[in-house]
Amino acid sequence: MEKLFPNVKWETIFEATQETLYMTAVSVVATFILGLLLGLVLFLTSKGNLWENKFINSIVSSVVNIFRSIPFIILIILLIPFTMFIIKTMLGANAALPALIIGAAPFYARLVEIALREIDKGVIEATRAMGAKTSTIIFKVLIPESLPALVSGITVTSIALVGYTAMAGVVGAGGLGNLAYLEGFQRSQNDVTFVATITILIIVFAIQFLGDFITNKLDKR
Amino acid sequence: MIKLSNVNKIYKVKNSKIHAVKDVNLNINEGEIFGIIGYSGAGKSSLIRMLNQLEKPTEGEITIGSKIISSIKGSELRKARQEIGMIFQHFNLLWSRTVKDNIAFPLEIAGVKKQEINRRVDELIKLVGLEGRENSYPSQLSGGQKQRVGIARALANNPRVLLCDEATSALDPETTDQILDLLVDINKKLNLTIALITHEMHVIEKICDRVAVMENGEIVELGSVLEVFKSPKAEITKKFVRQVMDPSENENVIAHLKENHPTGKLIKLKFLNEEVEKPLITTLIRKFNCEINILHGKISQTHIGSYGELFILLNGEENEMQNALNYINEYGAEAEVVIQNGKTIS
Ligand SMILES: Nc1ncnc2c1ncn2[C@@H]1O[C@H](COP(=O)(O)OP(=O)(O)OP(=O)(O)O)[C@@H](O)[C@H]1O
Ligand SMILES: [Mg+2]
Repeated sequence: MEKLFPNVKWETIFEATQETLYMTAVSVVATFILGLLLGLVLFLTSKGNLWENKFINSIVSSVVNIFRSIPFIILIILLIPFTMFIIKTMLGANAALPALIIGAAPFYARLVEIALREIDKGVIEATRAMGAKTSTIIFKVLIPESLPALVSGITVTSIALVGYTAMAGVVGAGGLGNLAYLEGFQRSQNDVTFVATITILIIVFAIQFLGDFITNKLDKR
Repeated sequence: MIKLSNVNKIYKVKNSKIHAVKDVNLNINEGEIFGIIGYSGAGKSSLIRMLNQLEKPTEGEITIGSKIISSIKGSELRKARQEIGMIFQHFNLLWSRTVKDNIAFPLEIAGVKKQEINRRVDELIKLVGLEGRENSYPSQLSGGQKQRVGIARALANNPRVLLCDEATSALDPETTDQILDLLVDINKKLNLTIALITHEMHVIEKICDRVAVMENGEIVELGSVLEVFKSPKAEITKKFVRQVMDPSENENVIAHLKENHPTGKLIKLKFLNEEVEKPLITTLIRKFNCEINILHGKISQTHIGSYGELFILLNGEENEMQNALNYINEYGAEAEVVIQNGKTIS
């Protein structure tokens, strides 16, 4: 091991992995909640749905589109003042979170909207005919009936987020991306870059595996 | 039970308007099975969907029991909807819930207690004959079984009214009949008022008491199923009646009879309920001095009685035959001379 990876300090790798996992986990949870909310608003305010409202729909839709179109690396820069305001620093894992969440939530919101559109209109109508409140429709029909798609959507989004954390790492947020860039690339320690890459791959594969597993488990169609 | 007064539904799409339901006035009695038949686009779904305000009438008033369905909203509307069951062509079950949980859903919505839900679900499973399938998911059921779940779910909150939107249109003939039998069964057991829409006359024939025929948003004919079968007035109604009476068969029969009976009058009798018909023929033979042959007969069973056609051949003095014909018409059966001395009349 020593010979194969002479420059690799395993504690550092372990720490960086923890940071990456932390950034990913927190941003995935926040993205899930925020994206789900935005997606629900997009769906419910669209034409022929429960809260049909052209005005709100086009506003939310434009905001989502704008943030989805900005390349992540530029988004980080644009968000520096905002991040400084709430996190008070640009260094460390927490500093990456605002950009990660604001970058990923609109993307996930679109996936949520698509998932909700896939729900059979007849089922929503049947539920309305039973005398259900809108909240019942959201929590007992919309979310459960689209759950496999919501989970596979958050799987895709999580994997994108792992990639984003690496990018955020380059601008100082820590984690495996930061390690690969500073220790690996800048100091020409290829073995460090290699180990960091493999670790990221393992994380991505694990997320994909877990996501597929849950999706299949949930899908009773 | 259900009353519609001057109900109109106009959809606004882009720059045009679609007048889907035009000035409909209708009374559906308590405990009856009322059918609405019409071709695609006639406005049937629009009409039935207004009965639980899935669609709001553009004009007019709808009352069910003592509630003015067309104008209530919010929690009052939700409460009213819990007392109106509805089943659909494509069943509209939640795939994410088992049979049991699908049936429990309206009860959850109505805020029924857990224990009571379980008891009621068991009862409903028995009622629709789905014992043993409680824990299956909809994807594991046949179409007929799915509709049974739909029916159980619709009945969960003990509604007074059941709305059926093409409930059997996605099923094969055999399964259709089973579901129709189930509907009649619950109609009797629970004294449930059923409003159903369909494009199949067979459904009307088999289970309805009264029928309304819809065309281009209007009700063009309304009456008891027997009456409508016996003497359809609107062109479209005649078409629907032909769906089940098969006129081509009649034409063949007439052609055949014409060849074999060159003399006398061939008469087509239409009658309701066979009991009416038997003494009529006996009396004819006894009272009138002419020869009577029964050549061909056909009876349709409807939910409220039978309706039939009978071809008889009269031979004898012209006078006597005319008397016999008059007697038949006085008796209440409808007689139509189809062939006279080998010539087609109508
Ligand atoms: N939500 C809607 N928006 C606009 N037009 C509609 C809407 N629903 C129905 N229509 C129109 O109203 C007319 C009647 O439709 P409806 O669905 O009531 O007919 P139907 O008799 O149920 O037909 P089918 O047998 O095909 O179900 C049609 O011309 C249809 O295009
Ligand atoms: Mg329809």
